Amino acid sequence: MSSASSASSGASKPASTRAKPANKAESAADWVDGRLGIYSLAKANLRKIFPDHWSFMLGEICLYTFVIIILTGVYLTLFFKPSMGEVVYHGSYAPLNGIRMSEAYASTMNISFEVRGGLLIRQIHHWAALVFVAAMLVHMMRVFFTGAFRKPREINWVFGFLLLVLGMFDGFFGYSLPDDLLSGTGIRFMEGAILAVPLVGTYIQMFLFGGQFPGTDIVPRFFTIHVLLIPGIMLGLLVAHLILVFYHKHTQWAGPGKTEQNVVGMPLMPVYMAKAGGFFFLVFGIISAMSAIATINPIWAYGPYRPDQVSTDAQPDWYMGFSEGLIRIMPGWEIRAWGHTLNMGVMVPLAIFPMVLAAIAVYPFIEGWITGDKREHHILDRPRNAPVRTGLGAAWISLYLVLLVGGGNDLFATHLHLSINDITYFVRVGFFVVPIITFFITKRWCLGLQRRDKDKVLHGRETGVIKRLPHGEFVEVHAQLPPAKLHTLTAHEQVQPVELPAEVDENGVAAKVGVVTKTRAKLSESFYGEGSQIAKPTAEEHHEITSGHGHH
Amino acid sequence: MSAEKLPESHGSEGHEVAGHGDPFADPGLPAHAPRRTDIDERAAKRAERQVSLMFVVSMLATVGFIASYVAIDPDKIVYIFPLGHVSALNFALGLTLGVALFCIGAGAVHWARTLMSDHELPAERHAIEADDDVRADVIEQFTTGAAESGFGRRKMIRNTLIGSMALVPLSGVVLLRDLGPLPEDKLDHTGWRVATEAKPLPLINMNTNKPMKAEDIAVGSLTFAKPEGLEEDDEDFQQQIAKDALMLVRIAPEDIKDNDSRELGFEGILAYSKICTHVGCPISLYEQQTHHALCPCHQSTFDLADGARVIFGPAGHPLPQLKITTNQEGFLVATGDFAEPVGPSFWERSA
Repeated sequence: MSSASSASSGASKPASTRAKPANKAESAADWVDGRLGIYSLAKANLRKIFPDHWSFMLGEICLYTFVIIILTGVYLTLFFKPSMGEVVYHGSYAPLNGIRMSEAYASTMNISFEVRGGLLIRQIHHWAALVFVAAMLVHMMRVFFTGAFRKPREINWVFGFLLLVLGMFDGFFGYSLPDDLLSGTGIRFMEGAILAVPLVGTYIQMFLFGGQFPGTDIVPRFFTIHVLLIPGIMLGLLVAHLILVFYHKHTQWAGPGKTEQNVVGMPLMPVYMAKAGGFFFLVFGIISAMSAIATINPIWAYGPYRPDQVSTDAQPDWYMGFSEGLIRIMPGWEIRAWGHTLNMGVMVPLAIFPMVLAAIAVYPFIEGWITGDKREHHILDRPRNAPVRTGLGAAWISLYLVLLVGGGNDLFATHLHLSINDITYFVRVGFFVVPIITFFITKRWCLGLQRRDKDKVLHGRETGVIKRLPHGEFVEVHAQLPPAKLHTLTAHEQVQPVELPAEVDENGVAAKVGVVTKTRAKLSESFYGEGSQIAKPTAEEHHEITSGHGHH
Repeated sequence: MSAEKLPESHGSEGHEVAGHGDPFADPGLPAHAPRRTDIDERAAKRAERQVSLMFVVSMLATVGFIASYVAIDPDKIVYIFPLGHVSALNFALGLTLGVALFCIGAGAVHWARTLMSDHELPAERHAIEADDDVRADVIEQFTTGAAESGFGRRKMIRNTLIGSMALVPLSGVVLLRDLGPLPEDKLDHTGWRVATEAKPLPLINMNTNKPMKAEDIAVGSLTFAKPEGLEEDDEDFQQQIAKDALMLVRIAPEDIKDNDSRELGFEGILAYSKICTHVGCPISLYEQQTHHALCPCHQSTFDLADGARVIFGPAGHPLPQLKITTNQEGFLVATGDFAEPVGPSFWERSA
């Protein structure tokens, strides 16, 4: 190496083997590379391939709304006073003039009416938060129904799940900050829920509120949790989530030229940069326009919080609706014994809430255990080709919707002229029945679609051309599918159920089969057994039908 | 475990061309089909102009945003169909910002879709798992390191380390103790506790801020009350009213089904806690004909004529009732606290 030789000869001017930079930009890049090693980083990533499908943008919406929430959130902290100190309002909103309120509420009024653009930023912050949680849910459904959570992506599924849960709770904390009549009612509900915790409930309540409800500490404490603690954790998880997406590379749909060993799509620079970067502005632009025309959380209409008052539309934001549904439909069971009260009416919903969520978090591990599949999966499943999984996902969504009806039973009652009691009774039964019905309907539907795919592969596509044969029969002409389509429709693998080991081994000795093994075989049978998938068309079947003595 | 049942084994290798043997084989990446802008220079020029136009619109919208910020009075309200009366400033700022941002995005996406290359390229994936050599090497290195630390051999050190690590987070938990006071019996009593037989506490009408006589309350009406001495500008008003709030209902005495409840009232006037026993919302919806009170939060329904028994919804026990009577001047007064804690139930609650 010349540099080594020049160093050993003691020359005063160090030489470089690198070619002279062609322009200023290159020399600047060289300077940075010498310190940060950007060339090695860029080598792997500059032309990184991203496959294209509309559903892949759902995750992008989550990312971009998160960025929008942080940007607008920082702006709001510049004006918001997280204090429950009492003030008398003298602002430009006349109906509340002379009313006592907390500084938190008064400063939110100030942001909404005196700070120019403050109302807009508040609305963008709230709308973006709603879109964020909605996008996370839909993104999660996409990942679930396509099986994208399978190895090697199970951990990223858990990261995403944690982001959803944290996002939901940060939404709750944020919505509580303005200290308006609606949000105060939400905090009161939280207090009642905490008090229902056996043994330590009253202690947690006193410590969290700094005394009795509502005290003066809850808004400053929630503020710290809302702007610092939870977003900090979320930012860390988000970065980890994205690093893993980069590291695993994106999944893709089956299709010509697409395999488990490659990823087919457009490079990051320039196409994906322009599309993804542009998409950020599209999302931001649409949310800004929404905030200009659609009012969200008009706190001035609710008024400041007073524990002895309530507005009738006491509803949480929709993403908390399923927990609200649980709390509304649970019968008010209380067990009183030995001088203690166990409040089942609140505690049971409080326990089911995390269990419903946790069931989703662990699903990839359960499915992986049932299949025993140790391979990596990068090709997505069409939902119809995994009927049991699709059925379970649909059942979960139906449960969510049933509980949402429970959570909004008053709105359903007034808008549809129904009895609120009847809706509650319906939801109590529906909680158990609707998910089961949904599961079976969805599974059947998937199997029907599989049959249709098989039919299409073997008999071709309907052309709509009716032909009359010489002997008078009318037939519809079917056209063979092109090879690319044939491949796509048959590219999915069909997993076979796990088989129980033989009762007796090859030496005739009775082998012990444990309960776990048996359970697993049973589950596997219900996942992949005869009732759960339609056999794919084989090459022989295809030959037989297309070899000339056609049925059509 | 899971056997593939593919028509013929391909899939994993991919790229082989569809032979006559397998009708389902992967035909490989399709040939690139050029877009109009790839072959027609005029179409490309047009697309270029469209992209630039969107960026120019964005610039104009930003100027409009700044102009709106400066020019429009924050108090100005305008009527816009079908939105109704909206803040002119909010409407103008939001729409101009929206257009400014949207047009940048739309321009960039249109540019990418029409003018940037749309050749699909394959990139290889590599297994996440390390190969066997690397695995063996790492495990050996770890074993060496672990052996050198003596962690497994010196069990006393290991166990005491685990013990100290397990205990040290307790300090963090203990430090949270001063976040708030201990519960003690704070939840068991309300502001009405200062009332006694000898020194009863008048009920103050929430709306008029005046004491009430029995004749002020009509049969079938619902009135809200607070204890005398509690004023809105008191420092702990919020905390007090969260427990003290009363709901006064007057029912014709013959309609009251519960004898104990009738005894606690005065000439058919019954004083119930306004705080729902489910999770603590204030109850405010009253149905005169049936004497049912409904909590708007979770629809717990109480029969005020029957000791505020729960007749529907998730509440677990009746609303506590305050014993009331009248003093010498004829004003309604309370002579003591509620017999049981008001609001949501909790573990230590015994009544």
